[in-house]
Amino acid sequence: MDTQVAQGTIVTPNAGMNEPLPPPASLVGPLAWLRQNLFSSIGNTVLTILGLLLIYAILKPFLDWAIFSAVWSGPDGSVCRVEGTGACWPFVFAKFGQFMYGRFPDAERWRVNLTYALALAGVVPLMIPSVPGKMWNAVYVFIIFPIMAYWLLTGGIFGLPIVETQYWGGLLITLVVATVGITMSFPIGIILALGRRSKMPLVKWCSIAFIEFVRGVPLITILFMSSVMLPLFLEHGTNPDKLLRALIGVSLFAGAYMAETVRGGLQAIPRGQVEAAEALGLSYGKTMGLVVLPQALKHVIPNIVSEFIGLFKDTSLVLIIGLFDLLGIVQQNMQGDAKWFAPSTPMTGYVFAGLIFWVFCFGMSRYSQFMERKLNTSHR
Amino acid sequence: MAVTTAGQTSSQEAAKASFLYRPEVRAVIYQLILLAGIVAFFWYIISNTIINLRRLGIASGFEFMSRTASFDISQTLIPYSAGSTYFTAFMVGLWNTVLVSVIGIVLATILGFIMGIARLSSNWLIARIGTIFVEVLRNIPLLLLLLFMYFAVLKSDLLPQVRNARELWFGSYISNRGINLPAPIFEPGFGYVMLAAILGLALAVGIGIWARRRRLLTGQPFPAFWVGVAVTVAIPLVVAVLMGRPMSFDYPVKGTFNFTGGFVLSPEFLALLAGLSVYTASFIAEAVRAGILAVSKGQKEAAAALGLAPNQALRLVVLPQAARVMIPPLTSNYLSLTKNSSLALAIAYPDLVAVTGTMLNNTGQAVEIILLTMAVYLTLSLLTSLLMNWFNARIALVER
Repeated sequence: MDTQVAQGTIVTPNAGMNEPLPPPASLVGPLAWLRQNLFSSIGNTVLTILGLLLIYAILKPFLDWAIFSAVWSGPDGSVCRVEGTGACWPFVFAKFGQFMYGRFPDAERWRVNLTYALALAGVVPLMIPSVPGKMWNAVYVFIIFPIMAYWLLTGGIFGLPIVETQYWGGLLITLVVATVGITMSFPIGIILALGRRSKMPLVKWCSIAFIEFVRGVPLITILFMSSVMLPLFLEHGTNPDKLLRALIGVSLFAGAYMAETVRGGLQAIPRGQVEAAEALGLSYGKTMGLVVLPQALKHVIPNIVSEFIGLFKDTSLVLIIGLFDLLGIVQQNMQGDAKWFAPSTPMTGYVFAGLIFWVFCFGMSRYSQFMERKLNTSHR
Repeated sequence: MAVTTAGQTSSQEAAKASFLYRPEVRAVIYQLILLAGIVAFFWYIISNTIINLRRLGIASGFEFMSRTASFDISQTLIPYSAGSTYFTAFMVGLWNTVLVSVIGIVLATILGFIMGIARLSSNWLIARIGTIFVEVLRNIPLLLLLLFMYFAVLKSDLLPQVRNARELWFGSYISNRGINLPAPIFEPGFGYVMLAAILGLALAVGIGIWARRRRLLTGQPFPAFWVGVAVTVAIPLVVAVLMGRPMSFDYPVKGTFNFTGGFVLSPEFLALLAGLSVYTASFIAEAVRAGILAVSKGQKEAAAALGLAPNQALRLVVLPQAARVMIPPLTSNYLSLTKNSSLALAIAYPDLVAVTGTMLNNTGQAVEIILLTMAVYLTLSLLTSLLMNWFNARIALVER
């Protein structure tokens, strides 16, 4: 009996007589944290001081400019022209509608908002892994929603007045170009990636040639090609709309990049999967669509999201071919509207546009990190 | 009877069907359809283009390249004037692209390595600064960064006018016209200094090889890097003093509206360089961080157990292994920097795309000019990836 007790419990000498001593003060508390993380050695102390100086040198003028000496209200640029003032925020407040919708008629802006709401209703459940019915959700996002969005935005059906794309602008154009580019890049990218791995030489080499050509040249030359050369390629009289031309260029560009991402996923799938599917008698289409692609795409979801981020940032290039996306319309308003001329107007406009882009891109990159963690744990 | 006939016909049908179902036959059919599609597509666009060009009265071909360009370019590395040919203008643009790409790659690599290593620092504050740098810069469009640098910083009232230009070191000035530097003037005899510099560099490489061989044979360390630097600097300096300093400087002189003399870095060039290198540095920092994290902890511990100092462990054990992981993403970052330099167009730096854009507006030869520009970028991309693949193959882990 006694031996069993002695084996089962840990008997410490003087048990219950001494309370354990607290760790030395130098190991706990904020001071210890500071010492370990900021002042552990002479070199580290120097680095910390240099870092603090750097932060002070950047943050102080920025905060001063953006908040403390900024102008917050005023009818026009005259309040911002006073010597020593910082950011000219009334410029952003006054132009906010334009920055969001461009020259979309005021009375029709509800259509843009409704489109955004419809998009959110499809994309949010698609992004949350635990929501069921991904298949129908994807059908809605990639097939039904684009049709509805097209009707809503262009009009001409159900008595909605037509809004020509020349009136579109601001964040609307940015989102339209990014969404269409992303949506189109999937089919193009998957076809090209499968083509590149095909055993048929002509299919393979055509895919390689297209992918390497598009990835080897800057997006801006592709946009030039689609905006200047496309009208030459088509029969006289067919003159596609400027936005459509940009969309074609962006889609082909994004497709070539997506192809390489998808190919990375395909390479990660062991050969046994294809062989097993073939042994079961599945056709090529079924092998790819039911066995290989679902696994391959799941592998590269984080890469796909970073492609999205890249494309979202690249949409700003459409301003070079004369479309007024968010950046383009900010630029146009600060250079073209004499009412708001002030030394700080350009910086205010760029900081505002940058903030919007940053919020979107940072949100997407956080989501990609979340998915990466989620996918990692499910594999191990 | 009936049964056998049925069996015969069905086996004949099967033979007929299996001919179409044979993979090789199908592959040929698919490829023929694809070929027909491609030929039809190109025939369609080429015939349309020919018709459209004829209608617009534009003669196709490259004869226009030898005509006079008659426009000015603000920054030229090779002799150029408004009387030069379109071909010369094209070359000016190409060299400007190469210049900004090469300097941008060097700056982005340095800044990217600093920030990537900073993110892994044990110093909390330094690690945070690295993280903020990366997260802020890679989530905004490069074009926005360039426009910001150009219109909101370099061209704004933040920088003084020329007549109030701020003096920096060694007689250089900064103003809203850019940075004016003293230009070196090479006098006769400078060739010997250059020769001495090449000699010094060769000697330094020799010392490096000798030191490495000796270390491998005897284990004796030798500070080959610092001796090499000393030799490379000292020999040309001594020769320069002996030759009576065959180099002088042309200092910029401040005028009312502009500087005379010296050498100017234009605001366009500075904005493009700053934007490109800071933006790309944020991506390189991530590649560097991922590369260092990919080296297993045991390697560092083993190096420490062998008695290597932390910086030796980093230099001799961690970085060579991290390099294998870093090379592919670094290559693609260098390539995208080169391609992104085409955004120069938006801030009027005369790079290849900006110059060819002007040529396009002047001549209307859209097809030739855009294809030529694309061909140049394709060549640059393929050359860079060939070079980096060669480097990658050299340092790759040789597996059994």
